[in-house]
Amino acid sequence: MSTHEHASETDDERRDGTFGDYGGQYVPEALMPALQELEDAYQRYVLENEDGFMDEFRERMRDFGGRPTPLQRADRLSERYDREIYLKREDLVHGGAHKLNNALGQVLLAKYMGKERVIAETGAGQHGTATAMAAAHLDMPCEIYMGRTDINRQRPNVYRMRMNGAEVNPVEAGSGTLKEAINETMRDWATTVERTHYVIGSVVGPHPFPKLVRDFQSVIGEEAREQVQEKAGRLPDTVVACAGGGSNTMGTFHAFVPDEGSAEPRSADDSSGDEPREHVDLVAVEAGGSSLEIDEDEGLAPNSATLSTGTDGVLHGAMTKLLQQSDGQIVESHSVSAGLDYAGVGPELSHLVESGRVTPTSVDDEAALNGFHRLSNLEGIIPALESSHALGYLEEHTDELGDLVVVNVSGRGDKDLETVLEETEKRDLEAAPDVEVFDA
Amino acid sequence: MSDTPGEYDSDVEAAIRENHPALITYITAGDPSLEDTKEYVEALDRGGSDLIELGLPFSEPIAEGQTIQAAINRALEAGTTPEGFFELVDDLETEAPLLVMTYYNMILQYGDEPDVRPFVERAAEAGLSGIIVPDLPAEEADPLRDACDDHGLDLVFIIAPTTEGQRLDDIMSQVSGFAYVQARLGTTGARANVSTATHDSLARLSEYDVPKAVGFGVSEGDHAAEIVEAGADGVIVGSALVDIVASSDETAEAVERLEAKAAELKDGARRGADSITVDAEDAPEPEQQ
Repeated sequence: MSTHEHASETDDERRDGTFGDYGGQYVPEALMPALQELEDAYQRYVLENEDGFMDEFRERMRDFGGRPTPLQRADRLSERYDREIYLKREDLVHGGAHKLNNALGQVLLAKYMGKERVIAETGAGQHGTATAMAAAHLDMPCEIYMGRTDINRQRPNVYRMRMNGAEVNPVEAGSGTLKEAINETMRDWATTVERTHYVIGSVVGPHPFPKLVRDFQSVIGEEAREQVQEKAGRLPDTVVACAGGGSNTMGTFHAFVPDEGSAEPRSADDSSGDEPREHVDLVAVEAGGSSLEIDEDEGLAPNSATLSTGTDGVLHGAMTKLLQQSDGQIVESHSVSAGLDYAGVGPELSHLVESGRVTPTSVDDEAALNGFHRLSNLEGIIPALESSHALGYLEEHTDELGDLVVVNVSGRGDKDLETVLEETEKRDLEAAPDVEVFDA
Repeated sequence: MSDTPGEYDSDVEAAIRENHPALITYITAGDPSLEDTKEYVEALDRGGSDLIELGLPFSEPIAEGQTIQAAINRALEAGTTPEGFFELVDDLETEAPLLVMTYYNMILQYGDEPDVRPFVERAAEAGLSGIIVPDLPAEEADPLRDACDDHGLDLVFIIAPTTEGQRLDDIMSQVSGFAYVQARLGTTGARANVSTATHDSLARLSEYDVPKAVGFGVSEGDHAAEIVEAGADGVIVGSALVDIVASSDETAEAVERLEAKAAELKDGARRGADSITVDAEDAPEPEQQ
């Protein structure tokens, strides 16, 4: 991975760890020296490849992680939508999700930094699983914090973490989801900071985490950019990724951010399909849940569409867009997909949305479930419920897509089967198979 | 505030210097109701507090341990809002100056759009003397510090066991009111003993001529004595007081116990100071260098 091959550090991405108005380091004082230490390590090992860190990372991602992942033409989706649809297959990364790219990078970095232990938070369990796998692979003690609600809805991943030797600590506070798990991991880190590295699971948190995680994940977009040019002979018109915290989103988009072209809006009768395009649309699809409104009285958002509906504030170490009440209390988010269920989002994504480079949008639970079933049925790929939001977008917004589209399938959906079965039974889904045959 | 020579720069610094060794107490506003908080603050004041920190609850208190986190949850469930908090402060008449302790997002969101100034203006109007923000390191503090300076409020910084070298110098040169010395790594919460990190921290800070108060884990009069003996100008106690609120059956019981606990802690701090004086009197004359 050549971190800045396509997108070098821009003026917006300043050395103080901010992206425009977003980012920063809003953490307890006890953690500040650790962030400085991590910033130094990021500079030396990741950006300057000291001691061959990046060479070792690439080699391990290849042999242990299974990279590069394919960019596959989705024939039946292409036919259905009457345009070229390509899938970036991060579901084929070892462990079943893009999460390993970052987890392996950070656990390896922790080893280079001489840390004795890693901790991580997890929502859906994919990041926890990836961290547990990376820690087992690199022989590093590992503890994972996970909300009680998420433990109950993601049991197979909990078992996988335990099998890989990680301790899983249930978090009972609040609604028992990702937000609470992050709070608890920060508390552990504030207690053990001198010997522990916190493997943050997304492009969130205080500087330098948003950049560090993005750089480990940017291999997704770098591969996809090369692969699509090889297969289709040009850059895509549209790149689509789902967004929760935003790690697969930034990983997919980063290499395409400089492809701004003339930024002319695409017209319906645009017939320039054969010409190489200089502009690539970047679409971040969030979880619209059951509604985009926030219930102020209850402190609940029945969605996690932070980029689409959030307001600026500070959570978990960074200034970013948040789902919050008018007085500053953070609301409980919701999504059928545990991995998107978070009231914040990465600061760089907030900036890219604010500056107009990334288009935020959302689809609801039902569209995501339909996306899940459709890809399973048409292409023989069972996607994660997170990725299913990006696939739901293709169906609902076909007219907004260009002629050549890359969709990131961020992970595989085996972990979500129980949820999908339960949620599908509640609804009359157009794309779902008839399962009544099992009821006898 | 006074510019008179010989007096202190702020009410907060004066409260610590003039009442040395000082007792600083914390309680979460709105736990279990703002009406009760008023009585609790007055009890802490009568019991001998020299400064009182009032927690304005935030839903994601990452620097707090279980005791204060639970208190914050109770306060939020009771419907505590920033405006309700300020109305409580408007009504309070205490000898001890009052500080607000809250997280940065609560400060930013007060007012129509994200900006620290409306909160600081309202805090000054309510009569608060200073602000403590556990998730605001010195690097991010310029906007809030400027606003506090304009309104005569102290912005108190926390010194952690990990704060060393140039960073320590930089923060100590900006201390306003007092340096909040975090006794140990981790979160707030009553502990059974005083951390050895406290002694190391106070030794490391001894060369800086600013008031130093130690918090995180202090719960007993004997802890207060030990900390003052080790060189602190004040002790900060929170979780042990919040425990009293949580474990009392009724308001009157909590009021009585809080006043008694404050008196025990203040007495402990005094004993610590006295033992320094006695040690100094008993000590052999230092040899000429």
